[in-house]
Amino acid sequence: MVEFTLPKNSRVKVGKSWPKPEGATNTRAFKVYRFDPDSGENPRVDTYHVDLDTCGPMVLDALIKIKSEIDPTLTFRRSCREGICGSCAMNIGGINTLACIHGIDEAPKGDIAIYPLPHMPVVKDLIPDLTHFYAQHASIMPWLETKSNTPAKEWRQSIEDREKLDGLYECVMCACCSTSCPSYWWNGDRYLGPAALLHAYRWIIDSRDEATGERLDELEDPFKLYRCHTIMNCAQTCPKGLNPAKAISEIKSLMVERRV
Amino acid sequence: MADVNRGNRPLSPHLGIYHYYITMIASITNRIAGVGLAVGALLAVWWLLAAATDAAYFATVDGLVTSIIGDIVMLGSLFALWWHFFGGLRHLYWDTNRGFNLDVANKLSLYSMIGAVVMTIISLLIIL
Repeated sequence: MVEFTLPKNSRVKVGKSWPKPEGATNTRAFKVYRFDPDSGENPRVDTYHVDLDTCGPMVLDALIKIKSEIDPTLTFRRSCREGICGSCAMNIGGINTLACIHGIDEAPKGDIAIYPLPHMPVVKDLIPDLTHFYAQHASIMPWLETKSNTPAKEWRQSIEDREKLDGLYECVMCACCSTSCPSYWWNGDRYLGPAALLHAYRWIIDSRDEATGERLDELEDPFKLYRCHTIMNCAQTCPKGLNPAKAISEIKSLMVERRV
Repeated sequence: MADVNRGNRPLSPHLGIYHYYITMIASITNRIAGVGLAVGALLAVWWLLAAATDAAYFATVDGLVTSIIGDIVMLGSLFALWWHFFGGLRHLYWDTNRGFNLDVANKLSLYSMIGAVVMTIISLLIIL
């Protein structure tokens, strides 16, 4: 359902402004979304001032610095700090990206606004509930489906066929694309979203996979696939530089091709 | 793990905080133009129906359609028509699996906007 405003319990209030670090000359303000499930209060935006002279270059460095030096209650997911685990996906300066590979200097001038991934249920602070997102990924059968006998050594693939997976297999399932998509915001309960569809295409065009027909049957649905209206936010925001919009378009073409 | 708080979770901000990409603006305005044109078409049908009814009724409707407000609506419809036309072309190109590289997609949106403005002006020059 299209609902432009936030529900009552989700309206964001002005939060606490923490004092600037003493003696720092080169600070930048971070306005961070906070939600404490135990308080029963609405979410708020707290302001932190980070001394850039003693901070690493990435937004994640700033968040870790805030957590260790200013406010230990700030909660966010992070792990690999090199853009491969997809944990620290969040909305920074208006776009979804991975905090660990997004430079502080890349954010738009002025204060840096940090929110959780958009239009998701918030567990705490910058942590969204991704249960439904993962279930959608599982629903497209993200594995090799085969019918013929398992070969003695391995499922072989030509170099050309392997190249078709480039630009698809690199997806780290950070959910930046799906949660940037207005279609997914309004119909995320039934529309699979760019991430799951990119993965669906990754298995559809895998030359070793033998369930292409079944996979397409599964996607032949007014909502699962066809809620994509080529808004292109997914490709604009992908921190890995992938293009889910193109993958979705390829699936739509295959739907048509198999009918003629 | 049991989660006792699930029903109470707030929804994170979306439209209010997200950056507006040119492709996103082009997409939503294309849709608005489409809806607007459907309403505009009804107005045109009303005008024709009035012409087929009688002179007095036509004079009333014609007066409304050619008033300042009517002119603004018609000008808006003219732009919407061209904007929707170029939007259609853009989507037609996308339907051939081309034009998905970001720089191309951004340019397609920009050129559609320029095209719609230019064609609106040309149409106006021909009509007036």
